Amino acid sequence: MNSSHLNPSSSLKSRFTTRFLRALTRINARKPISPSSPREIFQRYRRIKVAADKSMASSVRSRRTWSRATLWKLRSRSCLQLASLGRRRSVKTSTITSRQAIMKKTSHEIENKTTTEEDHQDRFVGQADKLRELVPGGEAMDLCNLLDETAHYIKCLTTQVQLMRKIVDFYSL
Amino acid sequence: MSSRRSRSSRQSGGSRITDDQINDLVAKLQQLLPEIRNRHSDKVSAAKVLQETCNYIRSLHREVDDLSERLSELLATTDNAQAAIIRSLLMQ
Repeated sequence: MNSSHLNPSSSLKSRFTTRFLRALTRINARKPISPSSPREIFQRYRRIKVAADKSMASSVRSRRTWSRATLWKLRSRSCLQLASLGRRRSVKTSTITSRQAIMKKTSHEIENKTTTEEDHQDRFVGQADKLRELVPGGEAMDLCNLLDETAHYIKCLTTQVQLMRKIVDFYSL
Repeated sequence: MSSRRSRSSRQSGGSRITDDQINDLVAKLQQLLPEIRNRHSDKVSAAKVLQETCNYIRSLHREVDDLSERLSELLATTDNAQAAIIRSLLMQ
């Protein structure tokens, strides 16, 4: 398990590729009135991006907090698009309050030293907070889990980019 | 030394997070970053590693966006059958 932690497994790559190509085929099967109009291109771009993120998160399954958070976010977003606007607002507020609670948690987790080292800790905590916004599900993680999840997230993102580039190259032939 | 111990006992949940643990995780992250991968860990501060990580994740997100846009434009003009061909080629 440790060695597969360093290199993205070929099974992860093939799971992602299968799902993503399947989604692309579905997206391509839609026959809009004007497939080359800017609006159609934009909508298709949105669907492709969602399909790419969803394919990667599904390939990782629920083994990681970030993949669970991504899948949850994508599913609830499609539900919310049908529901009323009021519900969407209440979901946002709860995320913010939980983030404030976790911010306090991070500063207590790191032991304070001298004032110059405190400045460094402040910068560290500030960057950790920015990282929380970028990694899915990061708001609710403690520092150790955040760093661990970030490493895995970056590996999967680079794999996703690599495979998407291959697909674009094929389609460009 | 004793003051450090009393501070860590204040933490909720009972789990003590040591500096070494955090340093190990930050070093692991540093190995993944393309720019500062080759520098020794003691020359790059942890805050800098986190900053570079944030920048790297943002650039990866932008790349995904860009590739999705290109795919969207390409799909407007390409045949469906290629998907099956690509899948079989990439599986090998």
